[in-house]
Amino acid sequence: MSRTFTEEEVVRYARHIILPPIGGDGQRKLLEAKVLCVGAGGLGSPIAMYLAAAGVGTIGVVDFDRVDLTNLQRQIIHGTEDVGRPKVESAAETLRSLNPGVDVRPHDTVLSSANAFEIMEPYDIVIDGSDNFPVRYLVNDATEMLEKPLVYGSIYQFEGQATVFLPGRDSPCYRCLFPQPPPPGSVPNCAEAGVFGVLPGIVGCIQATEAIKLITGIGNPLVGRLLIFDALDMDFQTVKIRWDPECPVCGKEPTVTELIDYDLFCGLAPGEAPPEAEHGVATGVRA
Amino acid sequence: MSVRVKLPTILRKHTGGEGLVEGQGTTLREVLSDLESRYPGITQSVVSEGGGLHRFVNVYVNSEDVRYLGALETEVGEGDTVSILPAVAGG
Repeated sequence: MSRTFTEEEVVRYARHIILPPIGGDGQRKLLEAKVLCVGAGGLGSPIAMYLAAAGVGTIGVVDFDRVDLTNLQRQIIHGTEDVGRPKVESAAETLRSLNPGVDVRPHDTVLSSANAFEIMEPYDIVIDGSDNFPVRYLVNDATEMLEKPLVYGSIYQFEGQATVFLPGRDSPCYRCLFPQPPPPGSVPNCAEAGVFGVLPGIVGCIQATEAIKLITGIGNPLVGRLLIFDALDMDFQTVKIRWDPECPVCGKEPTVTELIDYDLFCGLAPGEAPPEAEHGVATGVRA
Repeated sequence: MSVRVKLPTILRKHTGGEGLVEGQGTTLREVLSDLESRYPGITQSVVSEGGGLHRFVNVYVNSEDVRYLGALETEVGEGDTVSILPAVAGG
């Protein structure tokens, strides 16, 4: 039985329902979709807010961090009164206020190799808004192994990158794009290097766009293509991402078939904070 | 051959903030050494000590990843765009 709209939903989603090719069918798919946002920070803010506004039925948010005053220059899901609160709690409140019809599921925890499968399993799509390399490789490997689409976005100062990784043996993954992480300490973090506050808004909105397209099946997904955005030059460029048959995770003969120690993979001692960490806490989802 | 080279923010410290520079050469290797001669240090994060391309920085000629072309020996033509893209993790 396909879901019927309530009177309130018909009004709330009227602009989507009258918009081909979304229409009633597309809106129904949104209401039935389950999406996990990794990170409730710069990227996670617009991602989760636009998904909630669009009526994505179930939105999970995983983040272990607390809201800091320095976050508010870009992390618009949180307010001044939220400083000190768990990010997922503050985010859940904003999302429920935007759209009480959404089932918001906060995961106030560090995403790790030990819990990634359990946390991701109930969701149809995973969106990466994390802020360090160990978690990015973890999210990639876990979504490949669970065969879930991954909507990737990443930022640095004035530049952003976004793409969609579909599961499967002939579609590229994050490791096909960047086989190895840079040496620890070689890429400064947001706290050290600064970040243009609007930038995650733009990249996060692109990720939300792609997630909604995947759910509703409209348009051409950003698959096999990496979108590169430069805010200073206001330049959008697309380059090809090729599937690597030698990829250890999605290649012809995978050698990484279970989740590994991603701190170690990224050259960090176990428990050592990645250089990207803003607060010097243990490895996990930061934003 | 004259090509356009698009630089990521992190490399613009070598060019006085300029994000788009000209490069000369018929292969990617020649273009990079031309850049290195004018902007010392700029190719350090692109080419490893062993002389190959790092696996966390991608280089594209137009929209193609050179790892799937000829790596540093990839030929470039007049007017091509070379883009250097490091892995970044911010969010």
